Amino acid sequence: MNHVLEIAGLTKTFGGLTATDNVSLTVNAGEIHALIGPNGAGKSTLINQICGELMPNAGHIHLAGRDITRLPPAERVALGLGRTFQITSLLDDMTVRENLALAVQAREGGNFRIFDRAANRAEVWDEVAEILAASALGPRAGVTVADLAHGEKKQLELLMALSQRPRLLLLDEPMAGLGHLESQQMIDALLAARGDCAMLLVEHDMDAVFALADRVTVLVYGRVIAAGNADEIRANPAVRDAYLGEEDT
Amino acid sequence: MKREYLILATVFLLLALVPFLAAATGQTSWTRLVGQALIYGMAAASLNFILGYGGMISFGHAAFFGIGGYVVGIMYHHFDAGTSFLGVIPGTDQMLITLPAAVLVAGLAAALVGAMSLRTGGVQFIMITLAFAQMFFFLFISLKTYGGEDGIMVRRTNALPGLDMRNRDTLYWVVLCFAAAYYLFLRRLVQSSFGQIIAGIRQNERRMASMGISTFRYKLYAFILSGMGAGLAGALMVNFLRFASPDMMHWTRSGEFMIMVILGGVGTLAGPFIGAGVLFTVETTLARYTEHWMLPVGILLLVVVLTSKGGLMALIRKLTGGQK
Repeated sequence: MNHVLEIAGLTKTFGGLTATDNVSLTVNAGEIHALIGPNGAGKSTLINQICGELMPNAGHIHLAGRDITRLPPAERVALGLGRTFQITSLLDDMTVRENLALAVQAREGGNFRIFDRAANRAEVWDEVAEILAASALGPRAGVTVADLAHGEKKQLELLMALSQRPRLLLLDEPMAGLGHLESQQMIDALLAARGDCAMLLVEHDMDAVFALADRVTVLVYGRVIAAGNADEIRANPAVRDAYLGEEDT
Repeated sequence: MKREYLILATVFLLLALVPFLAAATGQTSWTRLVGQALIYGMAAASLNFILGYGGMISFGHAAFFGIGGYVVGIMYHHFDAGTSFLGVIPGTDQMLITLPAAVLVAGLAAALVGAMSLRTGGVQFIMITLAFAQMFFFLFISLKTYGGEDGIMVRRTNALPGLDMRNRDTLYWVVLCFAAAYYLFLRRLVQSSFGQIIAGIRQNERRMASMGISTFRYKLYAFILSGMGAGLAGALMVNFLRFASPDMMHWTRSGEFMIMVILGGVGTLAGPFIGAGVLFTVETTLARYTEHWMLPVGILLLVVVLTSKGGLMALIRKLTGGQK
């Protein structure tokens, strides 16, 4: 029961297509587990089933020992599931600070209060100030999200997800669209956060994957074709054929 | 901040002086017109909470306005006839009972409509809310006991202890106080923790769900609060005009509320009140000269929407130098 996440025999079909084919994997406490595979391998489908946006046809998902296979998304979050989106998904009319405040408030509760003043909730704003002080986004706190650069949005996504204090963080391509320097910043940020929560990382950037991951699972056509530590995966001929050969020359 | 309070107090004072100005200039219909505009403003502002702040485009808001009004009408009807509603609930003409009852019943109706329509979104949501409103409209038309198509005459405005509610000016001031209180309530609501969640859901529902927010429950709560506001406005209107009719919940009324919100400024506090005031004034003025007053109103709406992104409030902000 040391697994934060345990997926067993998960299967999802869309009509005749088997997008997730009997997938089993575990994420241990404090571990970064990378999920790689070519486009269309079913990585996003798997992530969406863990989040609860899609229901599997068969199999089980356990979060910290609890069966969450049939729970609605919001209840999974309450049990400690956090996520970032492949295409950044933020509150575009609000500032960086307000985005974070809403994330902290959502966790803190009192969300049905209609006679308080959100601006006066010290417990929320103190925590937001702390998060911002420790982040490179600090100087950009007052900027509206719509005006942020792509890399800054990615960083804000991560900060918001972490502010939920998840046990398990699902990262859907956090490096997508980032420049070399921004990628390095993101890797540093993820390494700094690894003590706080376990992570399941979906990523195409192999440098990032091998820099971060304790274990790697390779998904091809919805099926797990290999799993192991970074070196084992690098050496695995089936993986090289299916995937690495093309991109990691 | 200080400036906002100053403006609010000034506007309130000016509105409170309307009956005196009307008497001094001999334009006694002013009080009645401004009173109606204030009540429409409340209804539009309640719609604006879900439409502007919550992003839920409800096209059936007049249903709750009408239901609130009918609660007052039906209770007065039974009070007048000495009978009971469904043989259990006796009628009354006490405003301290009829208004809370109207708010409660409108809230229940909103809970019912919201629970079913909020499962959808976009165009479906617009059509389902419209369909529900039309159902209520025809339901009340079919209630022959309560006047059917003709509605209910409320011969006397509800009584409020210590006030002579038969005096039109007193009634106007009571309406003004309710409108001011409702404005302050909404101001509080959008700044509350709940208001933040609702604003978040408007911008990105999926993101809010990923932060553990069961968005349906929050949207339903907002929908109920909004329906209650419309119910209060409807109850005041029936008191003010001493008449409740199915026309209060006709779909064109829902459209009017929407026009008021858009004309005044979506997602602003004062916008719906300004929109209601302008639309109602233009309507009644033009109706005196021509039957086809809708044409110039339509042109006005087009001009405002096309030239000022954000309605009259945006225009005012521009003219006063970008201040809030």
